[in-house]
This record gives sequence, C-alpha cells and structure tokens, in this order.
Amino acid sequence: MNNRSLIVSRVSRWVAPLIFVFGIYVALYGHLSPGGGFPGGVILSSAFILTLLARGREATLKRLPFGVAKKLDAVGALLFLCIALVGLAVTGVFFANFIQQRLPGEPLRLFSGGTIMPANIAIGLKVAASLFLVMFALSALRISTDEKDEPIRTLEDK
Amino acid sequence: MELLLIFMLLFMILAGIVALWTDELLSAVIAVGAVGIGTSVAFLLLGAPDLAITQIVVEVVALVLLIKVTIGVGVRTTSGTPSPKRLRLAAAVSVLLLLVMVRSFTGLPEFGSPVMERVDDAPSIVYLEEGLERTGSANQVMSVLLDFRAYDTLGEATVIFTAVFGALVLLRKKGKKDREDADGGEDEE
Repeated sequence: MNNRSLIVSRVSRWVAPLIFVFGIYVALYGHLSPGGGFPGGVILSSAFILTLLARGREATLKRLPFGVAKKLDAVGALLFLCIALVGLAVTGVFFANFIQQRLPGEPLRLFSGGTIMPANIAIGLKVAASLFLVMFALSALRISTDEKDEPIRTLEDK
Repeated sequence: MELLLIFMLLFMILAGIVALWTDELLSAVIAVGAVGIGTSVAFLLLGAPDLAITQIVVEVVALVLLIKVTIGVGVRTTSGTPSPKRLRLAAAVSVLLLLVMVRSFTGLPEFGSPVMERVDDAPSIVYLEEGLERTGSANQVMSVLLDFRAYDTLGEATVIFTAVFGALVLLRKKGKKDREDADGGEDEE
C-alpha cells in the first residue's frame, strides 16, 4: 500500500509522540486528576494505532514489535497481581495499600496514594498492549473477494 | 443542566435511529460514534470526568477499529430489509422493554439525590469521607477503583487479558506444527 498521503504520514510522526506523552500523563496522575490506568492505556495504544494507520505495519512494528507487545500485556497483568500479592504478604490482606500504611506520602503530591500509582502504571501497560494487539490482529485480516486468493489472511502472513 | 442532558439524550436516540436505518455502513459507524460522544458529554454534564475521558477515548479507538475492519476491507453497504414478522417481534420486544424500564425507573431515587444519602452507614459514605485519609489518593474515583475495590479491577483486567488472548489465538493462521516447517516468520515466543 503505497498510496499513503505524505502529509498524513509526516504529521503523524509529530503527533504520535505527543499522544504518547499525554497517555503517560493520564495514567501516572490518575490518583490526582481525572484519568487513570485504563484511559491512559487506551491513549497510549492510540498513538501506535495512529502510526499503524498513517505509516503502515512495518513502521509500527519497528517501534513496538509484536512479541514485545505480547510480553508487555502479560507483564502488566502480572505486575497488577504482584501488587496485590505483596499487599497480602506484608499486611495479610489481599490488595492492602501497604505503601500508604507504612510510609504515607503527602496528599496531592505525585508520590502519594501508595499502591495506586504502581497499579495505574500496570493497568496502563496492560491496556495499551492489549488494545494494540487487538487492533493489529484485526488490521492484519484481509477479506479477499478474489477466488484465487485465500479468503482470509491472518497474522503470520506478511 | 437537566435541559442540556435531555437534549443530549434526544440527540443520542436520534443518532441510534440513524445508525439502524441507514444502508451505508460508514454512516452507521459515524452515527454510533455520535452516540458515544453524546454519552461522553452526558457524563461530563453529570460531573463524572473520569468516565467521560474513558468513554471518549474508547469511543474513538473503537470507531477507528470498526472503520478499519469493516469499510477498510471493502464492505460498504448492508442489504436486505427485515421481514414483517421480524419487525413485529422487534416492536413487541421494544414495548415490553419500555414497560419494564418505566416500572423500574419510577422506583429510582430522585434525580440528583444518590442512594448513599438515603441509606445511613452506606459504604459509599465511608469511601468519600475517609478516602483521602486512608488511601492518600486525591481522586476519589481512583481510591475506590484501585484500593477499596481493587479486587473488582483485577477481575476487569483478567477479562481484558482473556479477551485479547482469545482474539490472538483465533486470528492466527497456523498451528504450532505447521509453523515448524515455515521459514522464519514472526517472533512468537
């Protein structure tokens, strides 16, 4: 597909990093302002989706390889579970906010809220990787009306 | 503000009807997007910016996905009209649903007076009063989502994880045996 607009691909080069940074902000400041891990992760993945739409699969995979996205998905989910299990180990309560109980931060500062910020980061990672994977898997799907072609081509075909 | 909300709801109903009746898939997808944006604005009017942000962001990504996987692969219009029998059934179900909704919505508390104000020692009162002190989170929504009710969020994360897992398994083409013969391919493990 070489019919992509030069303007779109150039502008996406500038806009995608800004979207990426905004996604990190929304996820990181979830305990202070509206937002949180889920919308932050969706915004992060939308930066990659913009790259995918504007500049194609090769350019996107160079920035976030498929295998790395799969690993990030798993790491995000496991990190969230680990936060819960560490709470269980330290205080004896599943999902206990052990950081806030042991060394409470000053309210309304970035480092406050204990486990809420790490949990937001974990969920952000997870959601960003999952949505990117779904978008990538579905965009790799081609339904051909040509009889000779295989009707559906999937991920492994280039 | 209630007037604005009613206007948004009417707008959403109108967009929903357009999405159902148009034959062009692109118009239908755009109309569904309009419903989503209407929902987001309604959340904003009701004072729930967390939900509004989530709604608008998910809506935009879902819209792009829908356009990419339906119109992007060459499916442009829907064809065929539903049979009269089916229309009658749909009308009957709609009327039934409307009756159920009227019955259940009359039992709801007054607009603007949440349940937690009517019930003493409801957990939501405790969450709001002691949230900042006990979790240190200035955003009370997050203190509920990731501290008081983090177990629910874990379940939600599991649902997303399983859904993505299922989608990736279904959309791959070759099984493990076939892939050993193929040269190179993508990095899988």
